[in-house]
Amino acid sequence: MYHAIVFLPLIGALIAGLFGRSIGAKASEYITSGIMVLVAVLSWIAFGIFAFSDEPTITIEVLRWIQTGTLDISWAFRIDTLTAVMLVVVNTVSSLVHVYSIGYMHHDPDRPRFFSYLSLFTFAMLMLVTSDNLVQMFFGWEGVGLASYLLIGFWYKKPSACAAAMKAFIVNRVGDFGFALGIFGVFVLFGSVNFETIFANAASYLPTGDAHGAAEAATEAMHAADTETVLNFLGYHLDKAHALTIVCLLLFMGAMGKSAQFLLHTWLPDAMEGPTPVSALIHAATMVTAGVFMVARMSPLFELSATALTVVTVVGAITAFFAATVGLVQNDIKRVIAYSTCSQLGYMFVALGVGAYGAGVFHLFTHAFFKALLFLGAGSVIHAVSDEQDMRRMGGLRSHIPMTYWMMVIGTLALTGVGLPGTIIGTAGFFSKDAIIESAYVGHNPAAGFAFGLLVIAALFTSFYSWRLIFMTFHGKPRASADVMHHVHESPPVMLIPLYVLAAGALLAGFVFHDFFIGHAAEGHHEGWYNEFWRTALFAGEGNHILEEFHHVPWAVKLSPFIVMVLGVITAWYMYIRSPQTPKTLAAQHEGLYKFLLNKWYFDELYDFLFVKPAMRLGRFLWKRGDGWLIDGFGPDGVAARVREVTGRVVRLQTGYLYHYAFAMLIGVAALVTWMMLGGSV
Amino acid sequence: MAGMPILSLVTFLPLVGVLIILFINDDSDLARRNIRMVALLTTAFTFLISLLIWIGFDTADPGFQFVEKVDWLDSGISYHMGVDGISMLFVILTTFLMPLCILASWEAVQKRVKAYMIAFLILETLMVGVFCALDIVLFYVFFEGGLIPMFIIIGVWGGKRRVYASFKFFLYTLLGSVLMLIAIMAMYWDAGTTSIPGLLEHDFPVSMQTWLWVAFFASFAVKMPMWPVHTWLPDAHVEAPTAGSVILAGILLKLGGYGLIRFSLSMFPVASAELSGFVFTLSVIAIVYTSLVALMQEDIKKLIAYSSVAHMGYVTMGIFAANHQGLDGAIFQMLSHGLVSGALFLCVGVVYDRMHTREISAYGGLVNIMPRYAVAFMVFTMANVGLPGTSGFVGEFLTLMGIFQANTWFAVVATLGVILSAAYALWLYRRVIFGVLEKESLKAMLDLSGREKVILYPLIVLTIFFGVYPAPVFDVTTASVDALLSDYSAALEAARAVADVAMAAH
Repeated sequence: MYHAIVFLPLIGALIAGLFGRSIGAKASEYITSGIMVLVAVLSWIAFGIFAFSDEPTITIEVLRWIQTGTLDISWAFRIDTLTAVMLVVVNTVSSLVHVYSIGYMHHDPDRPRFFSYLSLFTFAMLMLVTSDNLVQMFFGWEGVGLASYLLIGFWYKKPSACAAAMKAFIVNRVGDFGFALGIFGVFVLFGSVNFETIFANAASYLPTGDAHGAAEAATEAMHAADTETVLNFLGYHLDKAHALTIVCLLLFMGAMGKSAQFLLHTWLPDAMEGPTPVSALIHAATMVTAGVFMVARMSPLFELSATALTVVTVVGAITAFFAATVGLVQNDIKRVIAYSTCSQLGYMFVALGVGAYGAGVFHLFTHAFFKALLFLGAGSVIHAVSDEQDMRRMGGLRSHIPMTYWMMVIGTLALTGVGLPGTIIGTAGFFSKDAIIESAYVGHNPAAGFAFGLLVIAALFTSFYSWRLIFMTFHGKPRASADVMHHVHESPPVMLIPLYVLAAGALLAGFVFHDFFIGHAAEGHHEGWYNEFWRTALFAGEGNHILEEFHHVPWAVKLSPFIVMVLGVITAWYMYIRSPQTPKTLAAQHEGLYKFLLNKWYFDELYDFLFVKPAMRLGRFLWKRGDGWLIDGFGPDGVAARVREVTGRVVRLQTGYLYHYAFAMLIGVAALVTWMMLGGSV
Repeated sequence: MAGMPILSLVTFLPLVGVLIILFINDDSDLARRNIRMVALLTTAFTFLISLLIWIGFDTADPGFQFVEKVDWLDSGISYHMGVDGISMLFVILTTFLMPLCILASWEAVQKRVKAYMIAFLILETLMVGVFCALDIVLFYVFFEGGLIPMFIIIGVWGGKRRVYASFKFFLYTLLGSVLMLIAIMAMYWDAGTTSIPGLLEHDFPVSMQTWLWVAFFASFAVKMPMWPVHTWLPDAHVEAPTAGSVILAGILLKLGGYGLIRFSLSMFPVASAELSGFVFTLSVIAIVYTSLVALMQEDIKKLIAYSSVAHMGYVTMGIFAANHQGLDGAIFQMLSHGLVSGALFLCVGVVYDRMHTREISAYGGLVNIMPRYAVAFMVFTMANVGLPGTSGFVGEFLTLMGIFQANTWFAVVATLGVILSAAYALWLYRRVIFGVLEKESLKAMLDLSGREKVILYPLIVLTIFFGVYPAPVFDVTTASVDALLSDYSAALEAARAVADVAMAAH
């Protein structure tokens, strides 16, 4: 079954890619979409098996890959609860996006190529989440990067799309730089890149300072072993604990790139150049959550390094806050949602950082539904208003496209986490996001308080920009031209049905699944292992009871996300419905701040100045001066020039006068005789 | 098969083709066609025969196989051939690329077809000979002999600055060769044999090792080419005809890497260990420096040539990391680069044949009229970037893993190449393939012809196959690499013991 889940999308991609032209666009669409629906159903079955039984971790070997020395990597699947959750997320959203695209891409001449890329992406993502070792994960990791590159640049005639595609790939490569080094580090520490071995040996990296029950001598010996250098990194001799921290941080760099975290986030907003279904699938629900998945998967390592977890928390919190501030002022409907995604990913990382892995993955799960819903809804809007994306030229669309409107509202309710605090009545975001905020409150690491503060503020912003999007798009007077308004039409059922399914998920996923993902630790919870849903898929250290503790936070903390959410709605309502002049006045009053936010904190300009331009200048310098002037000048060209000069002089010696030659000969003979006399006497 | 001198057969079979071509004296269209057919059939047949080597190869045996030995001139020098896990696949690579080269020159070369084909066939003999030779003098003859046909190919069938390029190529390589010849003589005086297996067993005194190492390194570093003796390569590539570039990038560059493994690392282990820091430094400079230079190139071929230098940086680094991942990775990287860079040059050839320019700015939007070409180019670009799932990844990843175990500083700097390669390769792709097809001159271009498909599609298949399932390669190399590395560490142990004794004596 797992073979089918992973490889069927690849087969679909190959059929559509290689034979798309001969079998036609219709056939390509139906084949790839049909396969994806089948695979999604299979994934839910797999999920059911893991949720309701004691199915242990399954490892399935597929093919040998790289074997050299002690390095032994195979293509293999590792299926456990975490994988099952990801399978459900990836395949559900992917199948819905496939179906939706049949309608959305209706006018595009290159549909077989589009569906081939979508299926290829799904395959790579599945390889990523089912991997049983880091290198195969890296394969999936870069594979989704390739698919993302191809899909962002799908409309290759648009220069902006090509630029965005390149940017996405290269910025991701910066993250992969860290990821690759992290893999090497893991190999040095554990002698293997297979999860099985890594996790089994990770225990030996537990801080032994408080090891109890061991004899004095044994503790001494362990201490000695503990401080032994296990990794030399950039001149530092690292003992076990520090080595692990470095490795975790390097791996996290990969996660930052893929999940568009602060500093490596610049590619995500630009990625919106791709067709909207792509944004929903790749840049909201699945690929960008790969970083979260990776950290959760590596929880047995991260859990051992408090420093690494603190960094994860800080980066997550800053991203959540930063992206939310930028989201406040964007005018492109897709960019608002993109920054929202960026921000929500920050939430997930905070959850991971404070050790609440279950909560992080839960938010990943619910976020996939409502963010895909928002993106596909936005796609439906864009489709309706003749490919306009600027919200300043929308407005008053509610009565024209009511179904899309309601779906977007449901998505927004879920994103902003509407629910009744203290009860189990609420949308998906209510369960997962509030769990993260509460976990941050009870978190033990030094950054937890900081993260809690930023997350609450970000929740306020989230509520504001989400409702701002709804109000600007659907309410008020139409700002689009009469011609556009005349053509506004509701999307066909093939696009709406996926929206309904996602809306159901956005409303119910939290209510139905919260007990599994973040429920109270049940019987059988022992020694830091997770509850019976996660079992060994996630790891928590000995002192980590955060998933129990967050259920018992003060009322004020439980209420805080709710309060800021309401505040956000009211502000948005006031500024965009009640008194539409306010935003302009505010922007004029605080022009500097407004520009700063509108230009995304000037990160693109900064990076261009710091990295892109200098790299190009350096490249040109090394080429013209380094290769051209220095090496060639003093090397072959220089030698050739000297040779020419010397021979030039020799030529001048050959004057053609007999007495010149005779004189030269005489000197030669004299020299020869002298040399022979001297040489003979020695 | 046991009695058949298969290595000699593969080596000299191309010369049979030369003989046949020599008999075709006519210069009519028919005669040219015949010449091409003879060359193609000869190289294709040679490839098929060479596959027998792979089939008959015993992967468990770390030593030399298919050994042939005939005394030569009664001088201690012998005609001695054989392959082991390190050299065998290079023989296959050579014989595999040759028919593709002949096909690539099918229409591109119209003048002096006869001489051209003869040069290529002789080149094949010499290249295969280098990898099979088990006598160091024989090795030297093949190694240096290979210069001459290449020199002629660039100088006669090259572009506008072909004479400059071929002289530069010759000057550089000659410099290294002279030093190597002296080193070979010194080795003979010390070891009393010119047989490579004999030399491998001989322990050269530590003081001598350093000098020999430097002399060999001078020659191989130029061939690789390593920074800063790489500047001949971009010029040679730019001026060489397409097939010349393929052989240059695919095989000639590998002679250096092969030599470093066979001689430098195996015969002078102590010097290799001592000087590894020096090699790492040059390698990482090469990776970062040439990647940056590649970024700014305006000529497609030059860009790929610079990227070749960067990729060879991984190879030298992996070799002297002297561990399994590094060495296996280096061998794999060379084989993969042979396929990928060869394929990239063939891709350039495809558009050059149509447009007769290599300027990046002359192209743009080719995907609109050449979708098949765009796909092929994309696959090779991704392989060049080292995307997992292509053969480019395996070698790059393993060499980096090897160097990480040796020294993390170099590993971190070298890994920057991963980012830079993505930058220059994707930028090239964007400028050539993507965009709107605006230039009038491009609008009449046709997609891949049948002949071009025959050339490029097998390369696509192999690039992906070896990325997904590289095991056939590692199966061949493992035993020999194991043996090499255990000899290497034993030699280092021994040297350390001697040094300790000397210390104690003082």
